[in-house]
Amino acid sequence: MESISSQPHKNFSDMISDWLKTAVGRIIASICALLVMVIVLYGGFIFLRDTDLPQPLMIIIAILWGVGGAALDYYLTNFVVEMLPGEWPRRLQPFVFVGPAVFLMAWALAIPTVRTLALSFFDANSINFVGFRNYVFAFTDRIMLEAFRNNLLWLVVGTSFCVSFGLLIAVLANRTRLESLYKSLIFMPQAISFVGAGVIWKFIYAYRGSGTGLPEIGLLNAIVVALGGTAQPWLQLFPWNNLFLIVIFIWMQTGYAMVILSSAIKDVPAELEEAARIDGATEVQVFFHIVIPYIQGTLITVSTTIVIFSLKLFDIVRVMTGGNYGTNVIANEFYLERFTYGQAGRASAIAIVLLILVIPVIVYNLRQFRESKAF
Amino acid sequence: MATPAIQPKHAVKSRTSGIKWHKVLSSLMINGVLILICTIWIVPALGILITSFRDSQDIFRTGWWTVFPHQEYVVSGQIHVDPNTDLNGPIAIRGVPGKYTFEQLKEGVTLSDGRKLIWYGNKRTRLIEVSTLQWVGFSTRFTLKNYQDVLSDKTVNYKDANGNNIVRQGDNLSGAFLNSLAVTIPATVIPILIAAFAAFGFAWLKFRGRKFLFSIVVMLLVVPLQIALIPIVQDYTRLDLNGSFLGIWLAHTGFGLPLAVYLLFNYISQLPREILESAYIDGASNFTIFTQLILPLSVPALASFAIFQFMWVWNDYLVALVFLGNHHTVLTVALANMVGEKGQDWHLLTAGAFISMIMPMTVFFALQRYFVRGMTAGSVKG
Repeated sequence: MESISSQPHKNFSDMISDWLKTAVGRIIASICALLVMVIVLYGGFIFLRDTDLPQPLMIIIAILWGVGGAALDYYLTNFVVEMLPGEWPRRLQPFVFVGPAVFLMAWALAIPTVRTLALSFFDANSINFVGFRNYVFAFTDRIMLEAFRNNLLWLVVGTSFCVSFGLLIAVLANRTRLESLYKSLIFMPQAISFVGAGVIWKFIYAYRGSGTGLPEIGLLNAIVVALGGTAQPWLQLFPWNNLFLIVIFIWMQTGYAMVILSSAIKDVPAELEEAARIDGATEVQVFFHIVIPYIQGTLITVSTTIVIFSLKLFDIVRVMTGGNYGTNVIANEFYLERFTYGQAGRASAIAIVLLILVIPVIVYNLRQFRESKAF
Repeated sequence: MATPAIQPKHAVKSRTSGIKWHKVLSSLMINGVLILICTIWIVPALGILITSFRDSQDIFRTGWWTVFPHQEYVVSGQIHVDPNTDLNGPIAIRGVPGKYTFEQLKEGVTLSDGRKLIWYGNKRTRLIEVSTLQWVGFSTRFTLKNYQDVLSDKTVNYKDANGNNIVRQGDNLSGAFLNSLAVTIPATVIPILIAAFAAFGFAWLKFRGRKFLFSIVVMLLVVPLQIALIPIVQDYTRLDLNGSFLGIWLAHTGFGLPLAVYLLFNYISQLPREILESAYIDGASNFTIFTQLILPLSVPALASFAIFQFMWVWNDYLVALVFLGNHHTVLTVALANMVGEKGQDWHLLTAGAFISMIMPMTVFFALQRYFVRGMTAGSVKG
């Protein structure tokens, strides 16, 4: 009974698979599969580029295209590869899996690095070769030197405060019952955009001006006035304005350092600390001689991550001061050069400088990866 | 408390009670310090949250902290100074003991009974305002109007500090909110599948150049995005993709992939080898193993990455500014524009900032654990 009902279907699929075993059948099927793929991906591309549909509908189509297209792409390429004779399927299949990701990463990051390097030797419109002129600009121009100085300030002050505050809070919270509540509150700014945080702190630093007789509505100036001081335009007060901007960064990134260091502290074996205490070590000694050496690796990782954040910092400066009043940073100057002044060459050189600054981290990461023996 | 194995002697007992006191004290101190730090951390956000619900005129008149009950001098009466009184010497005032000069009264004089006298206006008014310290702040006018104004794309009006009526174009943050969703959802979903396939390939399939390719993924993790922007903008000019959603989806997908592949690789390569080997022995193809085994087992890692990427894209300003600009304004760009154009309109700015925070805050508090896990693993992201 059962065999009868499934008989025609089985015959049909048998026919297909027989046909697919012939060389001609394979070639035709492969070409069809690749054609379908190209049509779907390219058609979706053109449609999504030129569409003016309402957003909800467009989101749905985009997801269908993106996810469905990727799935279809994998399915069809896999189908084609598996029909190849001999050893080829086994040899090519890994590339079916890693291919699209590798292609996208190459297009979005790897190749642009080389292209930016090339552009950095050309003029504003990327036409004439200018040699190292853009690098001379990047390392000697007054505005760039100011940006370097400020980035150094961000790096040193920002990173040291984030890490030490994060460590302090992690250690203290570890000894309380309300640990998760405290940590949630400190961590919360991590969920906010730099732009949102910029608005929050701009309100703290708000300045109405003395002499106008208006009450200060910014918290900082209200406190200063209440203590008998005079209100100040904090964001224009060089060189302190840089520190006021760094405070925002500390407010946002301390939670990150805290969370990671907190989990590292919990991994310190209790017996180790206990043994030190029995030998008469004070809490401070236990902290500096047991806990710190034990979490050293995590401390380095957290510090490097925050150092990288501080090097690439853009949003806060752009929103708060636009880089004026002596607060410019490298990433902001990059944006201004390329998208405000149209200086593609100079901007490329600045981007390369940023890359050079993170190269030590890249080398360190690579070494860690080699040592991890993941392969 | 566990029963001690040895009965403690008297001396030991008193020492333990000393330790106990010490513990209570240090616990109080620790909690005190943490509460102080947490308060400092919360106050800035609390300030804009409260301000966003206050009437626009109130915002310009008083600080947001005045919504809390506090004591304040409130004008309770006036005293007219006799027209014959000489204002150049100490002035006698009806009902007030002692005499004060005009300069003192202009500055404000606090009497021993708690009343405060302030000369009103210039010398010719001959008017003194009497105020007393009163508790205020229990009743404040809260409103949703700021939110309506900032979400609307039509003209809105409000009163400024001096009570003038101001009419201007709404900021259309509702449109920006939809744009943010339109950018974020596909830019989160699309890379996941691509990354999962690649992670599986790197973790379980042997092929030439595997280690080399993965080394490049590790290198790309911390490469600054700035390095990629100029060439991609060039490509997009050629492909007519500048200002389109498709352009920003592809860019975010490319930028997010190194982290996604790295994260998922770490997870997938840790899956127990036996499961996969038995599946291979049963004759399952790589494709079947991936879709039937690996994907379902990797859901926690996929979720961690999804949340991380969602927050990253939602809060991103640079990529949106470069590739979308004002063609399709997302929340971060709209908010930054508002700061530039309407830097002092705090009723609109605070409401706008809060709108931009609603989505990531919700995700954060609902899925905190996943987010922290993704962030811990992705701490190297550039």
